[in-house]
Amino acid sequence: MSKVIDVRNLTLTVPTSKGRAPVIENLSFAIEQGEKLGLVGESGSGKSLTAYSLMRLIKEPVRIESGELFINGVDVMKLSESEFRKYRGSEIAMIYQDPMSALNPIMKIGDQIVESILLHKKISRKEALKLAVGLLESVGIPEPEERVNSYPFEMSGGMLQRVVIAIALSGEPKVLIADEATTALDVTTQERVLTLLNRLAEERNLSVLLITHDLGVAAQFSDRINVMYGGRLVEQGRTKEVFTAPQHPYTRALLDSRCDYTVDVNKPIKSIAGQPPRPDNRPTGCVFAPRCEHAIGACSDTVPELRNVIGREVACIRIDELKSVSS
Amino acid sequence: MIINVKNLSRAFKGSGGVVLALDSISLSLQEGKTLAVVGESGSGKTTAARLILGLDKPSAGSINVLGQEITSFSPSQMRPLRREIQVVQQDPFSQLNRRHTVRRIIEGPMLAFKVGDKKSREQRVIELIEAVGLQREHLSRKPHELSGGQCQRVAIARALALDPKILILDEAVSALDVSVRAQVLNLLKKLQKDRGLTYLFITHDLGVAHYMADEIVVMFRGRIVERGTREEVFEAPRHHYTAGLLASVPVADFSTEKTDFGVLQDVIVQASPIKTDACAYRSRCSVGKDEKDCADKALTETMGSASHGWICHFPIER
Repeated sequence: MSKVIDVRNLTLTVPTSKGRAPVIENLSFAIEQGEKLGLVGESGSGKSLTAYSLMRLIKEPVRIESGELFINGVDVMKLSESEFRKYRGSEIAMIYQDPMSALNPIMKIGDQIVESILLHKKISRKEALKLAVGLLESVGIPEPEERVNSYPFEMSGGMLQRVVIAIALSGEPKVLIADEATTALDVTTQERVLTLLNRLAEERNLSVLLITHDLGVAAQFSDRINVMYGGRLVEQGRTKEVFTAPQHPYTRALLDSRCDYTVDVNKPIKSIAGQPPRPDNRPTGCVFAPRCEHAIGACSDTVPELRNVIGREVACIRIDELKSVSS
Repeated sequence: MIINVKNLSRAFKGSGGVVLALDSISLSLQEGKTLAVVGESGSGKTTAARLILGLDKPSAGSINVLGQEITSFSPSQMRPLRREIQVVQQDPFSQLNRRHTVRRIIEGPMLAFKVGDKKSREQRVIELIEAVGLQREHLSRKPHELSGGQCQRVAIARALALDPKILILDEAVSALDVSVRAQVLNLLKKLQKDRGLTYLFITHDLGVAHYMADEIVVMFRGRIVERGTREEVFEAPRHHYTAGLLASVPVADFSTEKTDFGVLQDVIVQASPIKTDACAYRSRCSVGKDEKDCADKALTETMGSASHGWICHFPIER
């Protein structure tokens, strides 16, 4: 397998009253061709900023301080905006939480897909419309020949998300970023859209970066999981391993605090005390230390590096002691 | 029964004709208990809440709150009841006045009902802010200086200011992150225990419903398709919609069987106007899709126990 996405040492900052402070710090990860990678974390952990970085959509006041981003081996950070445009949509595409705001409300959906196809292909409108119908069909929209004439308001949220996926696929990208793309949908619709993404990943050997705060969604969809906290990657590994034996105290706390129907209703849910760090008040050393029940003095001294622990990467200086505690 | 709703309907006129947002629902709440209303968007959950709060008038049916029939109440008749029934909404920020301090927000209901004097109100505000797990220093802040979870705590404190009997929690934890959601759910359970509160818990999140509720009603397109205790609904659902809903919840637990997709097929069914007698779930139902009874035979509720009921011609066998 080859790496379609390779992010190295990415650091993003925002201005605060105390100068520029990191919101993503030294982030490195890769996505293989055809792989489904889940990126989980709470609001403010840097999930969406990671996605925007991959699309090169970072704008002031957020600033890319350093880092490299390889798409199929090319460091696209070095490209100019016009050079990068060749990549956006045709190598890497993105869908968002709210499909309605991604679409033009007063334009037929067929025209919106055609518009997007014509950005990538030099073909006639008529041929593009044919492709649009095919795309709608491949994302599971019934009667696509008629549906191209529909307006967004005539369709449900789940259908609209499919239209957005069709548009994202129009440039035949190798990577699709889905940023909370099923969060606003009902569970039954969510399951269908995830099933669709799963099928597309298989059929097209498409890599999917699924960004979600819903651990259940990540658990069921992705091959591998990246867990972010406070702008840093704290744990990454194969999904089943991460969820059955979380190593980093944050991953464990996050899993403990979930409330799905497998939890014991007679006990309080284990929650994580405190609040996630704010950019203007970032703890030294491990960003999770102030909320961590296992933290010791040394945790605040040094930033923990990601280390390989039983087949996965974990950023915690106490991992060797805690490993035995957990198992 | 602290709330008793009978055959409640609410019709809205749309461009395509009349839409029955609520189609003759009946439910009741026992004092000190939690009833969860679950269902997908458009199933009528919030419409039901608005009617019970007296913010909207039903097209038919009756609503009894604390022994009073509120269906034909005028706003001034409704006013004393507002002390007893309060609401917490989904969006932590938009339900709070952003120009007010936390102190003023929590004091608001007491000012509106001219309760106590300045000193006793301040005392009450302090008691409430501590009861929801915040500190006195938060009282002088404004909503934008607080996190989502903190704002939701303030909204809960405000809802408790008049010492109500009933809280309607309309997706009250849906916008919160998992770790913060856990804190707020624990808080709500503790407050219920300490104060004997009755909760009407509206949520699309089945996990949250499972954790909070004594009883659950499942709504689909304006109807209650299944009701029962938590155990009855979660462990032995009889309606196909309930079962499908449960199966489609992604669970981050690999020790349970459900670890893969495929329970629901990747099919889309168009929403179409339903005949009054037809089962609204029919077009999505694997069993009733082609059954004649499901298309035109009126549905009546079958009771499997005193608490467990469902409307389905071909319920799941147990």
